[in-house]
Amino acid sequence: MSDRPITEEDLHAYVDDALDAVRRGEVEAYLARHPDAAARVSAFAEQRQALRSALAPFAEEPVPPELDLARIIAARRRPSRSLWRSAAAAVLLFALGAAGGWFMHQPAEPAGGIAALAQEAAANYAVYAPDYMHPVELKAADSGELLRWVSERLHRPVTAPDLSPSGYRFMGGRLVATAHGPAALFLYDDDHGTRLAMLIRPMAVEGKTPMSEHAQGPLSGFAWADRGLGYSLVADASPQILHPLADEARRQIESKAAG
Amino acid sequence: MAASSAAASEASGRTTEDMMTLVDPLIPALRRYARTLLRDRANADDLVQDCLERVVTYWHQRRSAATARAWVFTILHNLAMSRLRQGARRGFSVPLEDVDEGALARPPDQEHGLRRQDVLRALDRLPDEQRSVLLLVSVEDLSYAETAAALDIPIGTVMSRLARAREKLLRDMEGNAAGAAPRPTLRRVK
Repeated sequence: MSDRPITEEDLHAYVDDALDAVRRGEVEAYLARHPDAAARVSAFAEQRQALRSALAPFAEEPVPPELDLARIIAARRRPSRSLWRSAAAAVLLFALGAAGGWFMHQPAEPAGGIAALAQEAAANYAVYAPDYMHPVELKAADSGELLRWVSERLHRPVTAPDLSPSGYRFMGGRLVATAHGPAALFLYDDDHGTRLAMLIRPMAVEGKTPMSEHAQGPLSGFAWADRGLGYSLVADASPQILHPLADEARRQIESKAAG
Repeated sequence: MAASSAAASEASGRTTEDMMTLVDPLIPALRRYARTLLRDRANADDLVQDCLERVVTYWHQRRSAATARAWVFTILHNLAMSRLRQGARRGFSVPLEDVDEGALARPPDQEHGLRRQDVLRALDRLPDEQRSVLLLVSVEDLSYAETAAALDIPIGTVMSRLARAREKLLRDMEGNAAGAAPRPTLRRVK
């Protein structure tokens, strides 16, 4: 028998059957000597049982077909329509941009370069963020190589903001194609599996713009340009969650460029 | 290439099997927790659907340290909290919508029904953060550590909220019983 005094926590853990056998024995011996504590414990145990039986009917209602897991799994294997629509829009922009470049000999960036950037970020999010097998080509462990690679292809130094203080780990990234040439795609995730994507590419027109918000179906995104590079942070999360992350990313990128 | 796509489809077959084994049996409990937090059936089921979609999308990122049960409840709880915050901004609040008794295999008897209403009303009066702890521990069978992780709070906070929730529920239900009908109840002795 240990000499540890029996605490309030022990009494609750006894009710929840969360004690090891030794401690349970000690609590039982204590309850035998303290009828007031024993009465409280039995009231808690009775309450626990009452709660379980009061709520049981909610778990017994027939499960509606929308909650058929096999169906949800099958549907997720095919990217959702709204995500595809964003991807299709980006392909269309690509076609328009290419046609514009060919016929009019103009820089292949349609009006609203930031909006095009946001579209491309959403299209890439739709492809890579739900990927089970290879969401990133180079993992965070190889971030040195990843940054050298994308900096080389974008012809300027590219850095990946550190969002870990906000709870998002850097997963890694890859080089992706956009209507406006190569772009860097970085992915981040948190403990609950929410993924963020950041797309970075050179901007033909906008050198610097304020932060702007873009919604693409279920996705929200924030995009801006600075020193000739465009940045777009996208996620299947609310703008309230994403906005401070985008501000933080911008702050880091600007302080790094200035320093 | 052929070999790698065969490996990929084998991996995805295994993933599907794992999810069906570990997640499918949780759905009734997920509906119960969502219903108790959001109160209305349509919203609760919509939330559970949202949760299942995330579970399927992010299944492979699950940390092996956490049990599937704890991980799925964490996702559900976070989604529920963000909906409740949105709801609070819009300023709506509804009473807990009860089950459609016709849909149940066995309807509750009258005595049990009255007692059940007492419990649900008392539960409804708990502060949100106490209700979550009490439900995850007492009804959904998460361990104290899993509950702490799901709610992103220290384990000491889980214990103190659990104790406060149980005391308050006890007081409320004693009050109900005393006001409604004389019924033998356990008196708490200080």
